[in-house]
Amino acid sequence: MHAEREILFRESAAAALLDPQLRANFRRAMDGLISKRQAQFPDPRDLQELRDLSTAIRSRSLLRLPELLEQLEASCTKNGIQVHWAETCEQANALILDLLRARGAKTLVKGKSMVSEEMHLNAFLEANGVEAIESDLGEYIIQLDGETPSHIIMPAIHKNKDQIARQFSQKIKDAKYTEDVDELTAMARKVLRQKFLEADAGLSGVNFAVAETGTLCLVENEGNGRMSTHVPPLHIAVMGLEKVVADLESVAPLYAILTRSATGQAVSTYFNLITGPRGADEKDGPQEVHLVILDNGRSRIYADPELRATLRCIRCGACMNHCPVYTRVGGHAYEAVYPGPIGKILTPQMEGVGVRHDLVHGSSLCGACGEVCPVEIPIPEILVRLRREATHSDPGSSVAGKGTGRLASEDWTWRLWAAVLKRPTLYRLATWFATRLGGTLPAGAPLLRDWTRTRTKPVPARRSLSERMRAEGGSHD
Amino acid sequence: MREVYFYGTCLVDLFFPDAGMAGIQLLREAGVKVIFPDGQTCCGQPAFNCGYWEEARDVARAQVALFPRDLPVILPSGSCAGMMKNHYPELFHGQPDEAQVRAFSGRVYELTQFLVDVLQVRLEDLGEPVKVTWHSSCHAVRDLGLKGQPQALLGQLAHVELAPLAREHECCGFGGTFSVRQPEISGAMSCDKAADAEATGASVLLSTDGGCLLNVNGTLEAKRSPLRVQHIAEFLWERTHAR
Amino acid sequence: MTDARTAILGRLRAGGGEGPLPPLDTAVMERRQWSPAERVARLRRGMEAVHTEFLDATPADWPAVVRAYCVREALPNLLFGPASEAGAALAATWPGGGTQLQPYDRPVEAFKEELFTTVAAGFTGTVGGIAETGGLLLMPSPAEPRLLSLVPPIHLALLRASTLQDSLWHAVKVLGWGRNLPPNALLISGPSKTADIEQTLAYGVHGPKRLIVVLVDDLA
Repeated sequence: MHAEREILFRESAAAALLDPQLRANFRRAMDGLISKRQAQFPDPRDLQELRDLSTAIRSRSLLRLPELLEQLEASCTKNGIQVHWAETCEQANALILDLLRARGAKTLVKGKSMVSEEMHLNAFLEANGVEAIESDLGEYIIQLDGETPSHIIMPAIHKNKDQIARQFSQKIKDAKYTEDVDELTAMARKVLRQKFLEADAGLSGVNFAVAETGTLCLVENEGNGRMSTHVPPLHIAVMGLEKVVADLESVAPLYAILTRSATGQAVSTYFNLITGPRGADEKDGPQEVHLVILDNGRSRIYADPELRATLRCIRCGACMNHCPVYTRVGGHAYEAVYPGPIGKILTPQMEGVGVRHDLVHGSSLCGACGEVCPVEIPIPEILVRLRREATHSDPGSSVAGKGTGRLASEDWTWRLWAAVLKRPTLYRLATWFATRLGGTLPAGAPLLRDWTRTRTKPVPARRSLSERMRAEGGSHD
Repeated sequence: MREVYFYGTCLVDLFFPDAGMAGIQLLREAGVKVIFPDGQTCCGQPAFNCGYWEEARDVARAQVALFPRDLPVILPSGSCAGMMKNHYPELFHGQPDEAQVRAFSGRVYELTQFLVDVLQVRLEDLGEPVKVTWHSSCHAVRDLGLKGQPQALLGQLAHVELAPLAREHECCGFGGTFSVRQPEISGAMSCDKAADAEATGASVLLSTDGGCLLNVNGTLEAKRSPLRVQHIAEFLWERTHAR
Repeated sequence: MTDARTAILGRLRAGGGEGPLPPLDTAVMERRQWSPAERVARLRRGMEAVHTEFLDATPADWPAVVRAYCVREALPNLLFGPASEAGAALAATWPGGGTQLQPYDRPVEAFKEELFTTVAAGFTGTVGGIAETGGLLLMPSPAEPRLLSLVPPIHLALLRASTLQDSLWHAVKVLGWGRNLPPNALLISGPSKTADIEQTLAYGVHGPKRLIVVLVDDLA
């Protein structure tokens, strides 16, 4: 048995379900995102073709991953972008701190980066004397409260206008209380504008890294990404190693399906292509650009041909927007960097399937996620595979924590189940008991007790179908 | 005379035998000889979904063995049909009987799928006007790929009004073992589904899948709702035969 | 001790991507094509839907259109790149008085504070436009620096109708983007925006609050 405490999704989910504001906020937000996405894909044939193309592009990238990463490094280096590799978050954090210290940087303004959340970069930097300032409005809002993002695209989706109004009036100097969205936005703009102006360094993620040209592509609506990457003298970009694609041509279909799937926008406000630091005669732009390529368990996921599909993800968030579980519990209940369906398959593979066994069972396998995934990640199939990995230690498997979620009681349950169900006479006996006595089982009996919290006891029919067909006689082979 | 096999599924066997009988009778009425091999138990999906593949295989193998002839196998369940059709091949990948199982999987149909796509049945509505609403089971639609066959059958019934269900494609919260492993989330989903169903003003909620029906019915009964649930097979049989 | 790079690449190679590369069927991208006039209409529709403003102009009168806008809005100044073609043309006919043309002709460090606080608007040319979704293609350069289209609260952009591409995909193929990318290139579809507060749209978060496209009809 695994020594680490299992993180029980059920517990945090149950708490979230009881929060009426959370339920209402997420329902409204997800319903909006669902219909916006649908409006962007009026033609099912077009949608399927775009999905197929995007899937093929990402699959090809993954099949050529080591080669493309090397090419990316060579192209970037040629362009003046310095490339660094980090196996773990610790290494990546240390690397970044070194880069900042070399320049005497004390303030780092951040564009949105989920990888930096994975690294818990902000806390690390704070502990080492560097102020990390979130500039994406949603990230800025949650940073004010010391929270983590509850959605990968819209980090403050769980917050109401009045909560934000109160927060701003309390935490921003000289701010008055207002619930007017334009006024709140203007307040944030003013504060952050000063930060962009003064920051010693800027950090960004990478939506797509183009191997052929050594280009970092950034998708954003607010302009804080451009600010963070063009104003300070030092720009550090962090990316998961799976984000590379072969050429700029491959980026166009992915960009088209990313924004539509994520927020139902045909296109973002800005699509920024960074191919180098300030050029010889350029008058602005950072003097130094660095790219940190992070592994953190991805190469392990890569090694499994079926699970490798997890790495196709382009971080659009459509899966969580359509997930009936996510809609009801919100992102924080997952107690993970990445919530929602993608989080359910990524987190166990990064942290261990035993520790996260409950999370992989936190799904009804409804398939809404797989249906909208722009790169056709078969999330329900992968969930079933991870349930297997949690409870069995198959020889060929390289999954983190394989077999550490195995419980003797569950083993025996399924063995007994199989023993009865593969023997028609035993099944007949069991169904005889069920039909004759099933109604007498108390609602509080194990298993039944969980069912009957919100439902009446299911009562078996007086005679099973098999029994009636046997009595009927005739229909045999 | 065309012959088919009928696979009841464990939930229909235990909880909805009338639906099973109705399905068989609908097929017979369409001129088909229905063979119901004795000894059927469960498609194995619960164990498969939990990663207990050896146990699932043992049970699946026993089912396949009951259907040796090259005949269609009809199931009154989208979820179980999906299991047998799409997941048996994966489950038996590399097994000595893989070819035999694949052949079996290729012959699997969900009931409404068979009635519409193969038999092209025509139904005549003999019942009183009624308002119904349709629950589309996630596994039936997304796993098996059922696309409008149940609605096509309901559309043939002149006195049946089909009221649209809000968030029709959202899961009802059953998910098999999910309903007992994550009872709070499952309960929240089934409460919402029950509320959406009630809001349609229909007098009955129909579905292809017994799991969904058990789930939503349990929730409706707990709130003492007048809305009842029914398996589509049973509903179709009743509508086409005067009571 | 193995360095991170060697270890990571080693693991990826051992993990082995097997099999042939799936083919790429780009028909869905290729078939999005329109006539030159349709491209203009599509671009305008797409960009206006996200609050971009348009000023119509001809190849001869566009500098005067820009000037008239500055007068109407009572802009104290307009930052521009004097060494660019569009910048030079603008400056050549710019009358004295009123909105002052401010040249962005030295490194930003020389006037960063001013750029962030007193510059009212910035003017740039464009490399082209994207019809499908509506957007401008910009390639900042020594003549037209990056921050010109980012920091001032108003961005005026000169777009010639003849330079519109059907889509980003076509732009990459036709313009050969990818072969000659400068350190920074970008697409802009409208003024800066966010929906992070209760999914309510607000404009002018960090980038310009207003984007005005001076659309030059040079299709004839």
